[in-house]
Amino acid sequence: MSTRIVEVRRGILKQNDQQAAVLRRRFQEAGVTVVSLVSSPGAGKTEFLRRTLEALRGAGHRVAAIVGDLETDNDARRLAEAGVPVRQIVTHGRCHLEAEWVGEHLEGWALDQLDYLFIENVGNLVCPASYDLGEQVRAVLLSVTEGEDKPLKYPTIFNSADLAVITKVDLAAAVEFDRAAALASIESVRPGLRVLEVSAKRGTGMAEWLALLGAYRPAAAPATPDA
Amino acid sequence: MHELSIVNALVAMVEEKARAAGATRVTRVQIRVGALSGVVADALRSSYDFGTTGTLLEGSTLAIEEVPVAIACLACGRDVVLPGIQHFCCPDCGTPSARVTQGRELDLLSFEIETPDPEPSIEPGADP
Repeated sequence: MSTRIVEVRRGILKQNDQQAAVLRRRFQEAGVTVVSLVSSPGAGKTEFLRRTLEALRGAGHRVAAIVGDLETDNDARRLAEAGVPVRQIVTHGRCHLEAEWVGEHLEGWALDQLDYLFIENVGNLVCPASYDLGEQVRAVLLSVTEGEDKPLKYPTIFNSADLAVITKVDLAAAVEFDRAAALASIESVRPGLRVLEVSAKRGTGMAEWLALLGAYRPAAAPATPDA
Repeated sequence: MHELSIVNALVAMVEEKARAAGATRVTRVQIRVGALSGVVADALRSSYDFGTTGTLLEGSTLAIEEVPVAIACLACGRDVVLPGIQHFCCPDCGTPSARVTQGRELDLLSFEIETPDPEPSIEPGADP
């Protein structure tokens, strides 16, 4: 018996990263804008997404959503009320989505017939941070009913996000939400991160959000004369 | 807690390479965990024994090299290491920076294996 050391230097999640890269390429080629939503449980992801789907559909956009939960397809049924295709990933206790499962749940969908695809992650501010899903934009949601220092407690997910959305701002006064403190927390863990403040129920801030979604769309290819 | 998922991914990666190297057993695994990887070193350690049971890695030691976050400070013109992950500003001059240059690592570095004694004609440790 002899021993030896094998040098590797490889990302432990390389398989997920590779699958995410494949998805990202597919999304780009199909021209679909993919936005993922992460937050703690109860921050209002599903309501925010349902209103978003309704608004986009109403404006003539082609949209679909995938939603992850530990158990139940309740959220998929809620989102389907928006009248768009929705699929549920039940993770059976696993605390995050992985690129492979997203890929499996896309089967049969013509991505090139979609303008937007939303991926609602499992309610969790820790584990989803490690898993790239091939999304173009990762939005992290924080409701006014949570602590203003939540970004300081979960810096990794806020640092990995492309956008922060403060939700339920209609309740801000009732819960004495310290807006300046929340914004400072976000700025501390991710300087320069764009922040939106919304109330999905009241519609506050939704116009700005929809405008931002419009800006995420690829620019229309300029008409090129025949070569 | 997704550390068991991470351990499972680690085990799959090491087992595949260890088998290819002719290992009968893996005795030590060395990984690097960045402060911004989303993985907690202590939680990995406590998932490790369970996640390696019944695999080539059973009974092996997990060595974790923890890496702090570094950001590029444009004002100082260099990378600076942060004492934590709550404040992404230069500890020297206070300038904020979102440009992370280190700390997202979650890497398998190396592992140690036991193999049957090599044929006498092969130099120990020599790579083909």
